[in-house]
Amino acid sequence: MSTDKPSRPVTDNPWHLLRRFTDARIGLGRAGVSLPTSRSLEFQLAHAQAQDAVHLPLDVDDLCLQFEAESSLSSVMSTQRLPIQRLHSQASDRQTYLQRPDWGRRLDEASREQLKRATDVPQASYDLAIVVVDGLSSFAVQHNAVPFLRALSDGLDNDDHHWSLAPLTVVEQGRVAIGDEVGEMLNASAVLVLIGERPGLSSPDSLGLYLTWGPRIGLTDAYRNCISNVRPAGLAFSEASRRLVYLLRESRKLGLSGVKLKDRTQDDVIETSESPGNFLTS
Amino acid sequence: MSKEFLYTLGHRCYRFRNLAELMAKATPARSGDRLAGVIAESAEERVVAQMVLAELPLKVFLEDHLVPYAEDEITRLIIDTHDAAAFSSIAHLSVGDFRNWLLSDQATPEQISTIRAGITPEMAAAVSKIMRNQDLILVARKCQVTTAFRNTIGLPGRLSTRLQPNHPTDDVTGIAASILDGLLYGNGDAVIGINPATDNVAQSIKLMKLMDEVIQKYDIPTQSCVLTHVTNTLEAIEQGAPVDLVFQSIGGTEATNASFGFNLATLAEAQDAAKGLKRGTVGNNVMYFETGQGSALSANAHHGLDQQTCEARAYAVARHFDPLLVNTVVGFIGPEYLFDGKQIIRAGLEDHFCGKLLGVPMGCDICYTNHADADQNDMDNLLTLLGVAGCTFIMGIPGSDDVMLNYQTTSFHDALYARRVLDLAPAPEFADWLTRMAIFDDISGYRLNDGLPQPFARSLANLPSQEADHEH
Repeated sequence: MSTDKPSRPVTDNPWHLLRRFTDARIGLGRAGVSLPTSRSLEFQLAHAQAQDAVHLPLDVDDLCLQFEAESSLSSVMSTQRLPIQRLHSQASDRQTYLQRPDWGRRLDEASREQLKRATDVPQASYDLAIVVVDGLSSFAVQHNAVPFLRALSDGLDNDDHHWSLAPLTVVEQGRVAIGDEVGEMLNASAVLVLIGERPGLSSPDSLGLYLTWGPRIGLTDAYRNCISNVRPAGLAFSEASRRLVYLLRESRKLGLSGVKLKDRTQDDVIETSESPGNFLTS
Repeated sequence: MSKEFLYTLGHRCYRFRNLAELMAKATPARSGDRLAGVIAESAEERVVAQMVLAELPLKVFLEDHLVPYAEDEITRLIIDTHDAAAFSSIAHLSVGDFRNWLLSDQATPEQISTIRAGITPEMAAAVSKIMRNQDLILVARKCQVTTAFRNTIGLPGRLSTRLQPNHPTDDVTGIAASILDGLLYGNGDAVIGINPATDNVAQSIKLMKLMDEVIQKYDIPTQSCVLTHVTNTLEAIEQGAPVDLVFQSIGGTEATNASFGFNLATLAEAQDAAKGLKRGTVGNNVMYFETGQGSALSANAHHGLDQQTCEARAYAVARHFDPLLVNTVVGFIGPEYLFDGKQIIRAGLEDHFCGKLLGVPMGCDICYTNHADADQNDMDNLLTLLGVAGCTFIMGIPGSDDVMLNYQTTSFHDALYARRVLDLAPAPEFADWLTRMAIFDDISGYRLNDGLPQPFARSLANLPSQEADHEH
C-alpha cells in the first residue's frame, strides 16, 4: 500500500458536471464504493421532507385564511359568495387513509350533511366546483394551491364564458375521486380537484389537477384529465392555468372529459422524434 | 366447487370455506389482503390456516384451480402445460412435506430443476406461505436459472443490474448522462432499460435508437429495452426499430392482463417478432416482464385470491415465454398493498423464491415510495437478503432516486456494496468488458478506476460548453 501521500477517502467523479442536464443524482462520488457522507445526508434530508409532506396534516385554518385574504382569487371563489366548506373523507386518520384508498374516495356522513345544508339553494347549479384535497402531500396544497388559483383566476377572467363557481371546498384525507361526490352534490357541470401528489424525493410539493366533466360517484380515471407536477420547480402556475383553461373550454364545448378529450396545447413542441445526437454517441 | 376445511384447536373450531380462503388466511399479514377482505382475522387463525395448508396434498392444486379453468386462460396455461412426469417424484407429498423436501439434502439444484415443470404457481405459493424468510432464501439459492442474449445472466455467484436512466421529459442528453454514470459504476449487464415519460411509438423508437447507438459504439455486451406497452414494441419492430427485448407488465389472471391491454396471444406474437430479429449473440431470450403483488386487486381481477397467490400465477405466464429477465417491482405499488419495510421485505423474498422455484430468471426492484413506512435501511436489508438468496438482478439508479417515476430503488453504489460483501460478480461477458474498458482497476476486488477511462473522457470532451447550453 502506498504511504507517500495522504489520500482523500472520497473519490470525486469528473463527470459530475453533467448534473446540468438532469436532476438525477449522477456523479455523486464515492467513499470506497459507498456514498460520501454529505451525499448520504442530502438524500436523508430529501426523504425526510418527502415523508413529512405525506404525514404533516393540512393546516386547513391557514389555508382558508390564505384563500380569504386574497382578493385576487375572487373569480375562483363562490359566485354567490357562499363560505368555504371544510369537509372530511371516510378515512379518519392518515394511517387509515394510506391503507384504505376506497374510504378516501367518499365523504363522511357529517360532511355530506354539512354540504347538503350549506348548498340548500333552490335550483342552484354551477359551471365549476373547485375542490382542494390534501392527498399525499399537504405540503403541495399548503404552498401551491393559492398561487395556482391566482393564475387560474386570471385565466377565467379572460375567458369569453362567464364561469359560475360553486362554493370552494377543502377536503381532508381525500383521494382524487372524492371530487366526484362533491361535484355531484353541488350540482356542478365540472369539477376541478387540486390534490397533493405522491411526493418524489426531489419534488415533495407537486400539485396535481384533475378535471372531470359531469362528476358523479363511481367514475374512473378514464373520465378525468390530469395536469401533473404543478410546482415552482416543475410546471409553472401560469402554464398549468393555460392548459387547464384550454381543457375547461374544450370540455364544456364537447360535454365530456377524460380519454376522449386530448390536451393539444403542447402539440407544437413535441415534434422532435428524429434521433438527436448526444455526447455519448456523437 | 371447492370443499371446506375444518380444524379444531382447543374449544375453537376454525372453518375455511374453500381453498382460496385457506390460502389467503395462511398468508403472512399484509395490507393488500386486508384491503381485499381476505386476510386472517387473528394471528391464531393465520397459523391454523398454515397448519391446515401444510396437511394438504400437493395434487389438490391440480384439481382445485382457484380461478376457474373455463374463465381464465392463465389457469388453462398452468393446467395444460403441467408436466405429470416431472411431478411424479413429488406427487405423494403434502405442502408441509414439500417444504421439508425442498430444505433437505435430497433437493439438490439438479433435482429441483428436474421437478420444476411439475410445480404449479399455486404449489409454490402454498409452500412459501409456511416458510420462514431463511427458508425462502436457502431454497431460492438452490434454484438455478440461466438465460442469455448478449451476455449470460443468472450464473451462480453472479448478480446483474438493470441500468435505469429515466428522465422526466425523456431528454436524450439527460438520459445519456445517467447511462454514463451507470456504466462508469459498472452497472447495466442485465439490461439498459428506460421507462419512457411519454409512452408512444415514436418516443420509444427514439429511445431505442439512442441505446442501440451507445451499445454499438462502446461494444457493450448488454441489451436494451424501452418499457413501453407490448403493442407499441410490436409496432416499433414493424417500423424497423432496433428492439432487443420486448417489455410487458404482467399479472396472474386473464382479467388483470386484459386491464393491461394484452393477452397470451399478444405476447406470443411479440416474442416471435423479436426472436426473428436475431439480435442476440449468445442467446435468444427476448422477453422482459415486470410483476408485483397487488396488481390483480388493483385491477379488481383477483377472484377473491390473496395477492401473493395471484403474483405467483404471473410467473406461469412469464416462464411460458422464456424471458431473459423477470422483475418483481415489490415496493412500488404503495402502502395499501405492502404497508411497511417488513411487508416489502417479506414479499420480495416470497416473489424471488416462487419465481426461482418455477424457473424464471427472477430479479427484484428493491424499492419503496415516500408514502410507505419504509426507508433506505429496509432496502439495505432486502438487498443483502436477496444477494444471499442468489437474486438474478436488481435495478441501478443514480443515487437511488428515480426522478421520473418518483420512487426510490437501489443505486449504482448499492450494487457495488452487494458485490463486495457477498462477492457477486457481473455477467462474465460484461465483467470482461468492464476490465477491457478500464472501468474497474481490479474486477475481482470490485475496485473502480479512480480516473476517467479513455473512451469516456473523449465523449465528455464532446459536451457543449456551458454557454452554448441554453436549456438548463
